Formats: sequence, C-alpha cells, structure tokens
Amino acid sequence: MKNLVILGAGTAGTMMANHLHSELKQPDWHITIVDEKEEHHYQPGYLFLPFDIYTPEDIVKTIEEFIPKDVELIKQKINRIIPAENKIELNGGKELNYDILIVATGAKIAPEETEGMRGGEWQKSVFDFYTFEGSLALRNKLRDWQGGKLVVHITEMPIKCPVAPLEFAFLADSFFKHKHMREKVEITYVTPLSGAFTKPKATEALEHLLHEKGIHIESDFAIEHVDNENKKIVDYGGKEIPFDILVTVPTNKGDELMERSGMGDDLNYVPTHKATLQSKEYGNVFVLGDASNIPASKAGSVAHFEAEILTENILRYVKGEPLKEEFDGHANCFIETGGGKALLIDFNYTHEPVEGTFPFAGIGPLRLLKESRMNHMGKLAFRWIYWNVLLKGTHIPFVSATMSESGKHYN
Amino acid sequence: MEKTIAGKTITVNEEGYLTDFSQWDEKVGEEIAKEASISLTPRHWEVLKYLQNEQKNQVALSIRRIGKSGLVDIKEFYALFPNAPLKTATKIAGIPKPASCI
Repeated sequence: MKNLVILGAGTAGTMMANHLHSELKQPDWHITIVDEKEEHHYQPGYLFLPFDIYTPEDIVKTIEEFIPKDVELIKQKINRIIPAENKIELNGGKELNYDILIVATGAKIAPEETEGMRGGEWQKSVFDFYTFEGSLALRNKLRDWQGGKLVVHITEMPIKCPVAPLEFAFLADSFFKHKHMREKVEITYVTPLSGAFTKPKATEALEHLLHEKGIHIESDFAIEHVDNENKKIVDYGGKEIPFDILVTVPTNKGDELMERSGMGDDLNYVPTHKATLQSKEYGNVFVLGDASNIPASKAGSVAHFEAEILTENILRYVKGEPLKEEFDGHANCFIETGGGKALLIDFNYTHEPVEGTFPFAGIGPLRLLKESRMNHMGKLAFRWIYWNVLLKGTHIPFVSATMSESGKHYN
Repeated sequence: MEKTIAGKTITVNEEGYLTDFSQWDEKVGEEIAKEASISLTPRHWEVLKYLQNEQKNQVALSIRRIGKSGLVDIKEFYALFPNAPLKTATKIAGIPKPASCI
C-alpha cells in the first residue's frame, strides 16, 4: 500500500482530500491529513465579523465535518518534514512515511516582524482582522467607538486576499454611515504599493471608489515601526500617520514548519513550479494554496482552481506520465464596496482584471470591475458555496479552473 | 516609447523604465537619477550594481530582501533613494520595476 500525506486541513488541504479519496482508493492507497487545529474557519468571514454582519457561528465549523471517512485525520502538531527520507515527524515522536506529499499549510500573520506592532496597544487600538481573535476584538472595539482617525494599513506584500484591506475600508465607510457618525470618522488607507491595488485597471476603478467615499489614500508607505505611545505609524522615509484605531495587515508568512524543515524561502513559502504546482526541489512533493511561493493571489478561489489541476497532475505522477503545465494563476474575487454592493474581478498571471460580464459573455449575471447589488449577493452566497460545494471539491458550474477571456473587455 | 537620455535614444515603458538593459550605461543612469533629483555617489553605485546583479540572477527584488542583503539596511536605502527607493533605484539601474506584488 502507498501513502499520500496532506499537511494542513484548511481550504486547500480539505479540497485535496475530497478530490483524491475517490481517485486513490484503498487498498492501494492510504490518505492521511494532518492538522493540529480543531476548527475549520471560513476566513473570508473575518472581514464581516468586525461590522456585526456575520456572527462567530457563521464562520466556524469542525475540521472533521469536511474530511471524507476513508481519509485518516491526525490532529497533531507537525514537528518537521524530512524530504530526503520521505518522512514526516509529528510532535510526540510519531513518524509518517509518504510516497506523495501535499503541502497545504497556508500563511499567517507575523506582527512580530514590525517593531512595536505587537506592543502595548495590540488589540486596544492596534488590530488585525486576519485572525478570528483579532477580528472579534475589533468588533468589540467598533461597537462603541465614538469616532476619530481610522487607519487601514498593509505592512508589506504579498498578503492573503490582497483586496481584503480595501474591502475593510469600504465596509467601514458604510458601517459608520449607518450609525450616523461618518462625519466623526476620518478613514485613511495606507499601502506600500504605489496605488490602491496591484494591477493598473483595477487600481483606477478602486481609487475612484475610495475618492467617492471620502477615504484618503497614502501610497508608497513602507512601515518602519508602530509608535504605541504617540499612536502613529512611521515609515522608513520618516513619514508619520497618526491613528486612533489602526487596522493593520501585518507581514504574512508561510508556516514555521518550513523553516524547521529547511524547505521555505525568506518568508517560509515553499518554492513551487507555478504551472504544475510541483515543488522545485522534490519531485514527490506538491504545494497548493497560500503555502507556495507562486506569483498568484493567496486566496481560496486560487486554491480551488489549483486543486482541480493538481488532482490531475497527481494522477499523472502516479502513472509515471509527465505533468501538465496548466495552472495559469486564475483568481476570482468579490470585492465588497459597502452599501450592499460589490465588485467582481477575474484574472490570472498574464491578464489583469478588466470590465466585462461573468461567467456568461454579454449576459453576466455578474459584472466585472463594476459595482452591483448582484455581485454583493454573489459574495454572500459564496459562504454557502464554500461550505457545501467548494470544500467538497465539487466543480463550480460554468467557472473553469483556467481563466476564460470571453466576456472581458481587453484593449 | 522612445526617449532621448544622455544623448542616446532609449526605449522605455510608459512609467519610464528601460525595456532593454543593453541600452543602459552609467551616463543614462546618472541622467535618470537627475530627473529624480538624486546625484549619485559611490555608495549609490554600490547599491545600483547590487540590484543589477540580483536582476541578472533572476532574484525577485523586494525592500525586505535588500534590508537583509548585508550591503545596505532599509534606513540607508531610503536615505539614498528617498520616497519609493526600490522603484527609483531600479529605474536608475535600468532594470524592470519589481513585481513584488500580486
């Protein structure tokens, strides 16, 4: 019997378990998935929690619920991977041998990378919304905040879901309008990029929206430290931005397991072939989702598209066939813009987000790069799709793993 | 798009970055630096040569990596190339603007 081991039972790992258990069956194959956590979180929900749009119950379920019965789930911390021996060492000394390894250990925030970020004001006036705890602490703060300077900030790229901080700024605008206190809140969006987003056409559209909502943008800001005493952020060039509440996206890093195993780059991401998702160093190791260093967005939609392609590639690898260089960096993201509207963007390694219709050319019903209520309904429906379709590895009708150019207005 | 820099016809993109490194020389670099109100010292040149070398070795450039290069810390990098140092320095060095962001 051969062993396939999946590290991480988040979005990417869970999808792979669901894809593969019906392809690589017992008694020929034994599939194991390892994660130390008890809960599976719907991470896009962290964005809505601070504004009391979702409750904690909406976004937390158990890991077990989504792992197929014929896949062995081990809830234990992983000590290290020993790729030269095809072996995993778990905490407590247990070892797992593998024929094929799938790394899906994700990315997480590392506020300790920035001086003063995790200082005395952490979760008092300095918050993150990339963790459940951070998001909940922020909710409690915003519930009775009387107003002042709200600074929404990105530390450095790459980050998970690069549009989330923008959505946070838009939803904050909407939230305070609703509470009839918008005029008491000054919102500033601070980014290390030269503009609101990483791609030109989307940047244009998003900066227009920021302007329309009275959100000030500070670009090219590379933070050096958080001054807890005087409540301001300071960049390497000496620029200072004062805050009453700082909502920051700290540096994102891959799991420390990669450092312990000597498999990661300087941010603990695993060097991965961007079209096949095979590790650059080890032929029987595959990496998907946020754990890899490929130049695609770190987002659930990307992991979903990757999972479809990786499943085929693993089956090819098992049969000794060459891998297909198929993954194109496809990402599909809703961007909440507040007031019950949202934008949708669909893009890949080579094609930036543009206007158009999705998924049916000329029909929609979703509009690309334009605000609409239908897009917002799409975003809300997505939570149901995530729990009931996406995690189970079911193909989403009409949305292909590689990006379609039809219905998009390229010049 | 073509532009005359230091008496030479140079091909640049819409943001002013050279598209063909073989057209670059130190005079071109000095001229681009002048546009950014920077006069280049030997220290600037050390950093610029380092960036060109990293680019040649296909290393993805980022502020973080330069801070860990051992050549220059981030504070000094900002002092040498104020405001947006990586963008300014790569433009002067004649190499593409880093796509550190997705």
